[in-house]
Amino acid sequence: MSERLSGGEMLVRALQDEGVDYVFGYPGGAALHIYDAIFKQQRLEHILVRHEQAATHMADGYARSTGRPGVVLVTSGPGATNAITGIATAYMDSIPIVVISAQVPNEFIGTDAFQETDMVGVSRPVVKHSYMVKSAADIPHIVKEAFYIASSGRPGPVVIDVPKDTTDPNELFDYEYPATVALRSYSPAVRGHAGQTKKAVAALLDAKKPVIYAGGGVIQGEGTGLLTDLAKRLGYPVTNTLMGLGCFPGSDEQFLGMLGMHGTFEANMAMHHADLIFAVGARFDDRVTNNPSLFAPEAKIIHLDIDPASISKIVNADIPIVGPAVQVLGEMHRLINAALASKPDRIDSQALAAWWQRIRRWREEHGLDHDQRHRAGGNGSLLPQQVVQAMYRASGGDAFVTSDVGQHQMFAAQYFKFDAPRRWINSGGLGTMGFGLPAAMGVQFAHPNATVACVTGEGSFMMNMQELSTCMQYALPIKIVNLNNQALGMVKQWQDMQYGGRHSHSTYRDALPDFKALCESFGHIAYRVDALDELDAVMADVFGPKHKDDLVFVDAHIDPEEHVYPMAIKGGAMKDMVLARQPGENDIREDV
Amino acid sequence: MTHERHLLAILLENEAGALSRVVGLFAQRNYNIETLTVAPTEDTTLSRVTLTTSGDPSKVEQITKHLNRLIEVVKVIDLTEGDHIEREVMLAKVSAVGPERPEVKRTCDIFRGQIVDVSSDTYTIQLVGTTEKLDAFIRALAAGTILEVVRSGVSGIGRGGDKILSL
Repeated sequence: MSERLSGGEMLVRALQDEGVDYVFGYPGGAALHIYDAIFKQQRLEHILVRHEQAATHMADGYARSTGRPGVVLVTSGPGATNAITGIATAYMDSIPIVVISAQVPNEFIGTDAFQETDMVGVSRPVVKHSYMVKSAADIPHIVKEAFYIASSGRPGPVVIDVPKDTTDPNELFDYEYPATVALRSYSPAVRGHAGQTKKAVAALLDAKKPVIYAGGGVIQGEGTGLLTDLAKRLGYPVTNTLMGLGCFPGSDEQFLGMLGMHGTFEANMAMHHADLIFAVGARFDDRVTNNPSLFAPEAKIIHLDIDPASISKIVNADIPIVGPAVQVLGEMHRLINAALASKPDRIDSQALAAWWQRIRRWREEHGLDHDQRHRAGGNGSLLPQQVVQAMYRASGGDAFVTSDVGQHQMFAAQYFKFDAPRRWINSGGLGTMGFGLPAAMGVQFAHPNATVACVTGEGSFMMNMQELSTCMQYALPIKIVNLNNQALGMVKQWQDMQYGGRHSHSTYRDALPDFKALCESFGHIAYRVDALDELDAVMADVFGPKHKDDLVFVDAHIDPEEHVYPMAIKGGAMKDMVLARQPGENDIREDV
Repeated sequence: MTHERHLLAILLENEAGALSRVVGLFAQRNYNIETLTVAPTEDTTLSRVTLTTSGDPSKVEQITKHLNRLIEVVKVIDLTEGDHIEREVMLAKVSAVGPERPEVKRTCDIFRGQIVDVSSDTYTIQLVGTTEKLDAFIRALAAGTILEVVRSGVSGIGRGGDKILSL
């Protein structure tokens, strides 16, 4: 016997049947039938945000930290358009979220009705797929398909636009949640090509100067354990993309750090000089490759990805493999073990040792903290790198860390070592300022007992700081570390390096709030740190038992002149990097 | 780099919004559409698009991959990779007065066109053929005689017994 439910009730019931525990949202006229259905149930909890963009980032943080789709509910018109930035953020990083947007009733669509926006049209370029509910009876199968599409293959956001009349409480339908999905036009790859996989293994074993270049797809595809085992078995160096940090242990000796525009010297040099690059779940983003025509001139490239459109898009792959990370890495692992069992000297260990020697020399000469080393004991001001390192020490590395976008994001990516996947949560592809705090909130809902930190900058933080109120309402004990340089640091850095130090609209020093007082006004705990000698004590308080249940904000006033290095030289190869402040560089000019 | 014309046959779910995703993809990724035709197939749950675009082989491969990524796209074939037939329909309203009138009729016959509408000073000619044939017909008419032209865009189908869904 199926139940008789209204469209609004079916929508909520379908979410329950999908196992959804949290919905992040904001009500409004067109969504009220749905909100009434939410009111009448207990199984899923609705989290009331302060701005719809934040709701999408919360769902996104929830999804990144758990692997399960995050869910958003917004009203029509401005509710829907406010969600777009968050949808685009999830799209660029292939994050599974399902966004339910209410819509004006079917009979009003196209009439420029109050709070009407063509959400399917507006969101089309930034969704994996979208639905417009034409009839309430379609709701169960649309929800089922939406979750399946969002979370399978290369994941991504799915929008369900729900006209108000299809949620009418007075019209009842037979409800049954479908057990399976049948889509003739959508069938993500379930296994990689066996012949290609064999070729890839042979190439890996033949390599003399190999690098494993692993991205977010390894995390999304749950391939972390297999990739780590495989890299360990081979003894090959591993570098991670910004999105892939944590898919190989960050504190491991075989880890070269992040690669790319602000990647480590050793990672970028190894990529440039490699004779074999094994790219897994990475997409040769322009922030990684620098000039694609100068990319890794000697390297044979194996590219494993779930999405055929990512392969040979920027850099041509010699051995492309389309398939799920788990299956293909598992098969490669089996083949490698078999090959090494029958022929233990299959890998040229002398060549590999020489390769490691070169890498260690690169690391020794220009490893990450080289710039700090020669400046130690300088002007005594707090460096952003030191703040991230202090966070790492105080938390024992056992924390989820979200970030916003800019210099602080790069410092966190460089200096916080992530030993496990899904711990580093940032907007890599779209580069969305304002992402960090709401993403941390989504993570904290999903992991109520975990330490969740947000590394931010005062510019990014001010883009979604209204959510401090939501944090108070739901008692979220997030640790926010604000690397406050009183400027849009990354913009200013580019202006220093490429625009003769002309700081066009990148500073606002005299107009900043007192962040400590601001956070306290929301009812939270806040600290201000100005000097290195105060840093560890504050971090110990923040990450210790004292403030276990509190949201704590640390306003760390850092050296405003600090730049992120290394930095790729525009238009060059991966080996071309600026490693430190250049003599004569016009970058300490005061703001006018 | 070779900049070739490609004729893509795309089968997609015959649903509202499906075509806009195909067209939107071309705009979003900076691919060009030269012609586009669309209509339901013998299976009315499916629509078939024939689309001409141009680009070097790697660009066309990317276009095909991205089309395949659209959830509602069932099948994409690059017809120009194999033997195929392509046709376009043109309706041309042509000035036909005085001594020009029999001349227009003769040209129409040579191109095996049909006059489908007549007025005292015009003929409307229907012509079916390849894009090149239609272009040639326009060039063959005396300058200034063409008043209005509408072309369907190219439709294409593979030669031989294979059906698109079994390829």
